[in-house]
Amino acid sequence: MMRSTFVLLAVCALFATNSHAQSARASDIPRLASGKPNFSGVWQASTTANWNLLTHGASAGPPEYGALLATPPGYGIVDGDAIPYLPAAAEQQQRNYAARWKEDPEVKCFMPGVPRANYMPYPLQIFHSDDRMLVAYQFAGAARIVNFGAPQPSAIDSWMGISNARWDGDTLVVDVTGFNGQAWLDRAGNFAGPALHVVERYAFAGPDAIDYSATLDDPKTFSRPWSIHFRLFRNPDSHAHLMEFKCVPFTEELLYGDVYKRPKK
Amino acid sequence: MTPRLLVLIALPLTLVGPLAHAQTARTPWGSPDLQGTWSNATLTPLQRPADLKDKEFFTPAEAKAYVKQRLAAQSGDQNIEQDKTSGNVGSYNDAWMDRGNDIVPTRRTSLIVEPKNGRVPPFTPEAQRQFERDVAYAAAHPADTPEDRYLTERCIGFGGGHAPMLPEPYNNNYYIVQTPDYVTIMAELNHETRIIPIDGRAHLPNRVTQWVGDSRGHWEGDTLVVETTNQKPNRHYYGVQMLDSLVSDKFKVVERFTRTARDQIRYTATVSDPVFTAPWTVEIFMHPQNGQMVEYACHEGNYGLRGLLSATREEERKAAEGKR
Repeated sequence: MMRSTFVLLAVCALFATNSHAQSARASDIPRLASGKPNFSGVWQASTTANWNLLTHGASAGPPEYGALLATPPGYGIVDGDAIPYLPAAAEQQQRNYAARWKEDPEVKCFMPGVPRANYMPYPLQIFHSDDRMLVAYQFAGAARIVNFGAPQPSAIDSWMGISNARWDGDTLVVDVTGFNGQAWLDRAGNFAGPALHVVERYAFAGPDAIDYSATLDDPKTFSRPWSIHFRLFRNPDSHAHLMEFKCVPFTEELLYGDVYKRPKK
Repeated sequence: MTPRLLVLIALPLTLVGPLAHAQTARTPWGSPDLQGTWSNATLTPLQRPADLKDKEFFTPAEAKAYVKQRLAAQSGDQNIEQDKTSGNVGSYNDAWMDRGNDIVPTRRTSLIVEPKNGRVPPFTPEAQRQFERDVAYAAAHPADTPEDRYLTERCIGFGGGHAPMLPEPYNNNYYIVQTPDYVTIMAELNHETRIIPIDGRAHLPNRVTQWVGDSRGHWEGDTLVVETTNQKPNRHYYGVQMLDSLVSDKFKVVERFTRTARDQIRYTATVSDPVFTAPWTVEIFMHPQNGQMVEYACHEGNYGLRGLLSATREEERKAAEGKR
């Protein structure tokens, strides 16, 4: 029984890999002068993962905003649809959830971290030349330099981490470490700590779609590594590029309003 | 045959000039290659100090003396010592600062090359009146809300992350990536990313303004020319070297980036804004850097702005108590 299950899984895995490979014929995809895939473009996910990584039904937002800030329903992007928190981390996630309208770093226009930045409901733009890549995110003007040279350790802890890239055939593999542990993974309070190690994989699924997956490993927060996967879609408009979404001024009243001097009425 | 003849004619030409055409590093699609990590830190100030009067350039000996004097005079460590008795808490110490260790290679006494006096031109009379009203308002309302404060204190913008890219006291590093359709410049300071389309597309509609304006570029020979408009009018645009000024809705900057040597980008920027009686132009040189760009998470750690507002409220409370 064990053996036949294993064989079946192996066959499924082979099939999945094969169909995956067929979905992006090597000749279809944009390429750099070096021959490697060229990921330049304006991309956006089409998931509700930024509200909740796991499968969730619709739920109310703050009552004064009616339907406007309600949570839309959606299937999750986590393999197995569960996050393997250690007990203390599971409790922290519950506390985060209870405080989500105040404490989610997104509320305060803080940088979203990785991988969250990739599945926010806003575009990102990749600038890719042969051995350089800059990923610019519309939200909060966050950005990542992707290093194709010798892997570098992070000089400092940061929100967006340090990104070291390598190629696995036509798949771009980006190793991200050096996090400060303050970013959340969604509006539902899911999170990781400063020991987080993300390995992202970017593979074309046709000229205008990227199959994105990421494995999150943080032994202080999770009992095992776990993975997410979703698709990034290209914005094909010729005028498409990121506009400025500098949300800092929109948060000042919220963050500092208690120490404002207001005109007397 | 014809191509070979051209090469023969072109060869002697490539041997003249500081960086011959054939030596210009190029991208695979043939544009001059500006990519990499650069710094525009310099000890040369934006405006010529008044005591230098009409002196446009230093001699090599004067330059050496000036550098020595600037390095000593601006030491934050020294200021902290001095400030201990004044009640002023001072500013960052030298380890934080990144003002460069030299002046610009031309030995010019200011970054401003036009007008010739090295100074930002005066406002028009109308703009001057507006500026004075703004200054009077600021004196009466030093910190009612964040909107009374500098963009730097609010983590909205610094002088380096937009046109004109003026050096700041620290984090003067830039990372440039090019594609056939874009030049992208990421400033370390405030992690500002300038996305500059170079494919001839139109500017944003006039009614749309941004804190970093809206930039469009094109190549003129081996020079990248970038025009920036659609700037959000505000009084605190230019950064630390010109904290208070005016920016109107007619503000326009034309920047030029030329890779003049393997280790140098010559950068000029001409600011035209009807608030000034004339346009003005800066010339700055960028030099390659080997280190890692770091994340400047300004807003995420902005304890200073809250401290500033709450301290002002406390002063007001004490003043009101004193009156009673």
